[in-house]
Amino acid sequence: MKKVLLTALIAGSMIAPLSNAADYVIDTKGAHAFINFKIKHLGYSWLTGRFDKFTGGFSYDASNLAASTVNVKVDTSSFNSNHAERDKHIRGKGFLNVGEFSTATFESTSFKDLGNDKIELKGDLTLHGVTKEITIDAEKIGEGKDPWGGYRAGFSGTTKIGLKEFGMQERLGPASTHVELELHIEGIRQ
Amino acid sequence: MKNTDNSYGWLSISLHWTIAILLIGLFFLGYWMVDLSYYDIWYQKAPALHKSIGIIVFIFMLIRLFWRITQVQPRPLSTSNAFETTVSHLVHKTLYVLPFIILLSGYLISTADGRPISVFELFEIPSLGALFNNQEDIAGLIHKYVAYVMMAIVSLHALAALKHHFIDKDGTLKRMLGRS
Repeated sequence: MKKVLLTALIAGSMIAPLSNAADYVIDTKGAHAFINFKIKHLGYSWLTGRFDKFTGGFSYDASNLAASTVNVKVDTSSFNSNHAERDKHIRGKGFLNVGEFSTATFESTSFKDLGNDKIELKGDLTLHGVTKEITIDAEKIGEGKDPWGGYRAGFSGTTKIGLKEFGMQERLGPASTHVELELHIEGIRQ
Repeated sequence: MKNTDNSYGWLSISLHWTIAILLIGLFFLGYWMVDLSYYDIWYQKAPALHKSIGIIVFIFMLIRLFWRITQVQPRPLSTSNAFETTVSHLVHKTLYVLPFIILLSGYLISTADGRPISVFELFEIPSLGALFNNQEDIAGLIHKYVAYVMMAIVSLHALAALKHHFIDKDGTLKRMLGRS
């Protein structure tokens, strides 16, 4: 009897912390996820574009938000600003140098619930061979069943990174030293 | 105007030197413009000029190729040995092929997003759209390295012409200057 109880206790203690966190795959296949950026042009306007190819996933549990994690891998050569000559230039050695640094990655390190669906997401961004911690001001947009038998959850977030912080030269003028990222992801529960 | 067995006609000569000057000019213009800073006054003008001249050279090259095929070629001078003749013919053929590769790859860079190429803002060459993935990057690499190879061969060609003129003291260079 004692042995049975002990076994039950051990088994119970192993199950408890798992709660019901679910793994989601970011829906890049159906293109319900976007990594957009914008940078000021000369200080007079915003230039926007995006990375077309990336993969990733997140683990999310509404009852234990702090345990959530996010990871994303971006193909830097998929940089697209709707102008071939500019894209070639940005992919080149002066900026992203995609020949050498073909992927950028983001791995979350902390997930803080700020209430009202607002989230402070911290993580390590590796870009252009440099790894730096960044903070993403995120927000949960919604979750629920989709019409095709699946379950989805979506978030969006913004952050700002400096070209210099990631080892790129500030060659675009004093108003264009930072890039703002706008992230929109939708995950399909596995 | 026409070539003979012993001399080049004025059209062959004009095309040779015009294209030579423009291609060498394009090489140095391209080499210089890619490193211009964003705030340089030439940052937008230089690539526009490079593209406009490139299209003009392409048209000249088409005329030149047509003329080359339809005209007789002057025979090599008797001072040239068999090896020199073989190499020079190979060099000449290469200098017809490489400019086309460079001009077409340049076209593919600028038109990869569907935008046309404006020639001196007088007329536009339309885009054929994106023909393959990462077109601007792949075409860019070809454009750059084939241009380096072409300049190396141009140097060889020029040195050979000077060798004929100053060492062999034959009429090879004079013939291309129309003084034979």
